[in-house]
Amino acid sequence: MADAQQVSLTIEGRQVTVPAGTSILEAAKVAGVLIPHYCYHPGLPVAGVCRMCLVEVEKAPKLAPACATAVAEGQVVHLQTDNALDARKAVLEFLLLNHPLDCPICDQAGECELQDYVYREGRAQGRSHEPKRFNPAEDFGGDVLYVTNRCILCTRCVRFMQDVASDPVLNVSERGDRAVIGKFEGKDLTHPWAGNVIDLCPVGALVSKDFLNKARAWELDRTASVCPNCTQGCNTILETRDNVVVRMRPRTNTDVNHYYLCDEGRMDYRWMNRTDRLEAPLVRRGDRLAATDWDEALRAAALHLNGKRAFVLASPMLSNESLWVLSRIMKRGGGAGAFRVRREPEAPLAGVPDLARRAERAANVRAAELFGFAKSDTPLAGLQAGDVLIVADHEVTAADASALAKASAVIVIGTTMPELVTNAIVALPSTNVAEEDGTFTNLRGRVQQYHQARSAPGMARPVWWSGGDLLVFLGERAGYYLASEAFAALAAQQPEFSGLTYESLGSKGQLLADRALAAGGAAR
Amino acid sequence: MGFPHAPHAKETPVLSQYFGDPAARTVAGWKQRGGYAALEKALGMSPADIVNVVKESGLRGRGGAGFPTGLKWSFMKVGDGKPHYLCVNADESEPGTFKDREIMRWTPHALIEGSAIASYAMGAETCYIYIRGEFTEPLTVMAAAVKDAYAAGIVGPNAMGTGKRIDVHVHKGAGAYICGEETALMNSLEGKRGNPRIKPPFPAVAGVFGMPTTINNVETLAAVPHILNRGAAWYKGMSHSNPKSTGTKLFSVCGNVAKPGNYEVEMGFPFKDFLYDLCGGPTPGRRFKAVVPGGSSVPIQTMEEAEATLMDYEGFVAQGSMLGSGGVIVFDDAQCMVKHIARFARFYAHESCAQCTQCREGTAWCTRILERIERGLGTMEDLDTLLDLSEQMTAKTICVLSDSCAAPIVSGIKKFRGEFEAHITGKRCPMGATAAA
Repeated sequence: MADAQQVSLTIEGRQVTVPAGTSILEAAKVAGVLIPHYCYHPGLPVAGVCRMCLVEVEKAPKLAPACATAVAEGQVVHLQTDNALDARKAVLEFLLLNHPLDCPICDQAGECELQDYVYREGRAQGRSHEPKRFNPAEDFGGDVLYVTNRCILCTRCVRFMQDVASDPVLNVSERGDRAVIGKFEGKDLTHPWAGNVIDLCPVGALVSKDFLNKARAWELDRTASVCPNCTQGCNTILETRDNVVVRMRPRTNTDVNHYYLCDEGRMDYRWMNRTDRLEAPLVRRGDRLAATDWDEALRAAALHLNGKRAFVLASPMLSNESLWVLSRIMKRGGGAGAFRVRREPEAPLAGVPDLARRAERAANVRAAELFGFAKSDTPLAGLQAGDVLIVADHEVTAADASALAKASAVIVIGTTMPELVTNAIVALPSTNVAEEDGTFTNLRGRVQQYHQARSAPGMARPVWWSGGDLLVFLGERAGYYLASEAFAALAAQQPEFSGLTYESLGSKGQLLADRALAAGGAAR
Repeated sequence: MGFPHAPHAKETPVLSQYFGDPAARTVAGWKQRGGYAALEKALGMSPADIVNVVKESGLRGRGGAGFPTGLKWSFMKVGDGKPHYLCVNADESEPGTFKDREIMRWTPHALIEGSAIASYAMGAETCYIYIRGEFTEPLTVMAAAVKDAYAAGIVGPNAMGTGKRIDVHVHKGAGAYICGEETALMNSLEGKRGNPRIKPPFPAVAGVFGMPTTINNVETLAAVPHILNRGAAWYKGMSHSNPKSTGTKLFSVCGNVAKPGNYEVEMGFPFKDFLYDLCGGPTPGRRFKAVVPGGSSVPIQTMEEAEATLMDYEGFVAQGSMLGSGGVIVFDDAQCMVKHIARFARFYAHESCAQCTQCREGTAWCTRILERIERGLGTMEDLDTLLDLSEQMTAKTICVLSDSCAAPIVSGIKKFRGEFEAHITGKRCPMGATAAA
């Protein structure tokens, strides 16, 4: 589309040039102008029903819906004329006619587009003296609660289920001001991606049962992250209140997950708040593990590793940096490593190309394999007698535990102490995805940053930090105090990552240098 | 013919000539009355020639908008390789309008013939006749007539033995006023909820099933065979006021009038004669107060305006209203205008498809205010609010349903403000009436 015809127009006095066929609303975004809207969403077919985006186009006989009007050469668009302002003010008054104004008990308050635009452009006082219509709230299934009275019938949810999820569960029932969002007979919002209707809803009509009454929007801290729960690598926002992750929501990345996040991914955040954590480095003193400082613990670990082959059981949930540091520990003595990944049925989102809840339910399978860790259902099969076993935040099942006896020593690096590991000589506390900076490589070879959303418990450190320090104790050149330092070292030594810098990853990530590798062998 | 009354001498029965004549419903009976000669003639002409004749006749859409029919047909690019469709809008739901019903009841073959000619002229092999669901008798009659036309080889894969395919399907609506809006009708026909679509694209580019489509009103199509039979000049000659309005028009008359019914007059006929002469004036002891001349969606006329009107597209506009669908609703001096305007608004509030905010909420809000005023609980501010809401409901939405709700409200308040104020200051309806339940 490089030769697509370009169209120049003026929006609110700003010149902008966009490809022909672009809507005025999208062109305005390019010009840095937000045209208020409700029903329009870039991921959904245009409905043109809320009429909030009415703008004045010079020489046009009437106000034009910016979402449904294509740009034209030389067009002059105004938002702030009396006509356009009156029209939007009227739409807002109409939308509030039957709205309960229950902002004080509404989860959407603070992040509600109805609040925002009424505050900005609405009337100070409504003129209606008529009683409001009332409809009871309805459980829509899945995580979704429909608070009927707050609904502005923008139909984003209906269009998402119909056109993106290809599972038409929702409809507009009834007509006139009796209209509500309805469910088709016998259907529920059980589609694996149905929870997105909560994010798509511009008001508080579709709310999360999981998040219901948990926090006010303005109490939340928001951090850019990546969903660690499968190999797709959907971009997310981790929302925390008082250092506790309370919600995970999609972050737009049109190269990966567009505007969406699957239900399983978004609901699987509670483990990030676990409190039964390893909080201090531990060393074995007789029959028990005793808390100590980092230096002693690292020295003890290095002592056991020296001259020994290391076998690393590494979690595929660890970052690129952590896995790479572990791979260096593994490789220096000619060791080996492996991991196991949980597999579940894949759940694609029909309307978005190459987007699915992937079968492999861990974020960094791609990097783990790239750095030499073998994917196996029996990862300890390669453990040789006399090896020093490093368990790096990887689960240890009863089947695995029987192999532990072969190891000359067991070192645990992890967020928690594996229950079945009883003979560890050193345990190094580590952070989870919410508590550190790092990067993941998704199944298509896209390297993406995530950031620290809550403080680490006790003395816990990212594995790329503690592992780097361990390498120093083993006489290697290492020692990283920022994720960017670890990433720079990784990029310098790992050919697939050459050319990537931590800064250049930005908020949308970058593909691995080797394109054939990046495509994962699959045609896109 | 002022069916069910005997035809009045001043009428020009063209479409209504055989109203009340059951024999005209059969293929044989229709042929005896000159039927299907125009179709035979048309199938021997080139599509472009037919379009030109229709253009030349000055025929304009009888559904309400008055768009030139020949011009509309010319938007269909014959030979573009896509299937073309003709939709017949027989979803006659405009309050006060019942002309298409009579055409279908008495002269179903007139509609089939006109539809077949139009289909051929636009390269459409398929024609859908979308009939309002409540029209049980017209549906039965039309379905039987289509069956007979197929059996007689008039339509079907080999229409009139010419080898041309013209399929005609009768589709029953499910009872929504909005399905008379052309794009809502198409959605409904496709099995979707009858919501109007955003235009562009216009139906001639992407209509039913996304293919080029033209949609015409029943009365428009029923006039086409007459134009082909008797020539464009004859049709064009039936014009008494403005040369842009030609032919005859059926008016459905209801309300407080001595002789309600359908009347067919030539364009430009004086409305005063129509009301007092053809329709027999008011009922004994009453005087006319107001007229809604073109279905409930057009502005209300005072008698002064109505009596000065020449009945054509331009004539009604010149006197503060519109020709619309030709549904004449007459009010006499015993009627409460507030009550009737509230009743109109309630209809639109009920029928709004709920897509556009202004329409969904505005029609209902206006209804509540109007009904409150009618009950004597209104305030003077309510009138300002109504006018302001009406302005915000006009030219802001996908279709014109909310504009239609606003038209009688605005014209009602402007022309009969005294009645509204009497309700407000007197705190009761001066007519003693109560709002329609």
